[in-house]
Amino acid sequence: MKSETKSRSKAFKAVDFLLIAGAVIPLIFGIVLYVLIKPASSGIEITGAKILFTVDMPLQSLPITESQVNSWIVIVTIFFLCLYLTHGISATQPTARQHLAEWIVEKTENLVRNNMGEFFDGFAPFVAAIMGLSAFSSLLTLIGLFPPTSDLNVVGGWAVLVFILITHYKLKCGVVHYIKSFGDPVPLLAPLNVISEIATPVSMAFRHYGNVLSGSVISVLVAVGLQGLSQMVLGKLPGVLGEFPLLQIGLPAVLSVYFDLFSGCLQAFIFAMLTMLYISTGFPAEDYKEKMKNKN
Amino acid sequence: MELAIGIILGCCALGAGMAMIAGIGPGIGEGNAVASACEAIGRQPESQGNVTTTMLMGCAIAETTGLYALVIAILLIFLAPGRFVNILVETMNNLK
Repeated sequence: MKSETKSRSKAFKAVDFLLIAGAVIPLIFGIVLYVLIKPASSGIEITGAKILFTVDMPLQSLPITESQVNSWIVIVTIFFLCLYLTHGISATQPTARQHLAEWIVEKTENLVRNNMGEFFDGFAPFVAAIMGLSAFSSLLTLIGLFPPTSDLNVVGGWAVLVFILITHYKLKCGVVHYIKSFGDPVPLLAPLNVISEIATPVSMAFRHYGNVLSGSVISVLVAVGLQGLSQMVLGKLPGVLGEFPLLQIGLPAVLSVYFDLFSGCLQAFIFAMLTMLYISTGFPAEDYKEKMKNKN
Repeated sequence: MELAIGIILGCCALGAGMAMIAGIGPGIGEGNAVASACEAIGRQPESQGNVTTTMLMGCAIAETTGLYALVIAILLIFLAPGRFVNILVETMNNLK
């Protein structure tokens, strides 16, 4: 009996190890790919996502960029992390990681319940997924990779997804109700309402993209400035001492804590919050209830 | 030709700088939001969590206009010069 549990625990540990490896290997793959494709330029520069290769498609050639590859890296990592957290879950003997997984699930469900109401309870996994994807994508800068969130196409895709969801829930009361909602206070304002409807996904995408991008641009500018300053201070010294990056020690790290850690997580939270708010406020709950009542 | 390209580059940089004047608005707005949030927390310290969350949300939305300006400035610096110079060169070639 004892040996059996021991062997099972061995198998358990092996699976654990595989799951952790599944989460870490994509990151290592990303770093290796970055090192391989990085051009041998010494300067610090601001660039967009690099195009790795293009695939010929029937209508148009499809460029595969760094942001796509890094998005998939993040997706695979999150997938294996979730599997790791829920591996060996049990009702009687909760482990530390089970507590963590339960904490995440409970927090998201509470957040969704508080912000969207009971009708949208099923939205918790979607909101958690968007939050996790956004946060991990922004945190990818910590290991030196290109963050997919600083590519407008990626966040634009998310915003379009959210826009489709908003429209879907606005259409729940029928097409006529949806069209009527544009002339809400006065029919004269209908064009403005259409513009504000389109501005929702645009502003969501630009907000996320702008925040992450501005962080990286400011970090690069500060790094270049500090390089110049330390060359000015130590430049006249001979040999290695002249190139010693005195002022670059520590200072960019302080900025990185704000721009990469805090701002990345905050933007993920804000994107998820706005998703929830737009969907739940766009949904005509009262009319939908009445419609359901009339049906019955 | 060089003069025209120089004017294009200079005006793009000038436009990018002027676009960022829009940063004043969100600055004032976010300052007001945070000031009010601090007042609210001072009056009711137990509501700190809710007030902080709402304040961060409001700040994010107030920030949007500033970020529009940022995106325009970035487009003006990184994309516009090349495109405008290309247009100039093409028209000059057509005129010849």
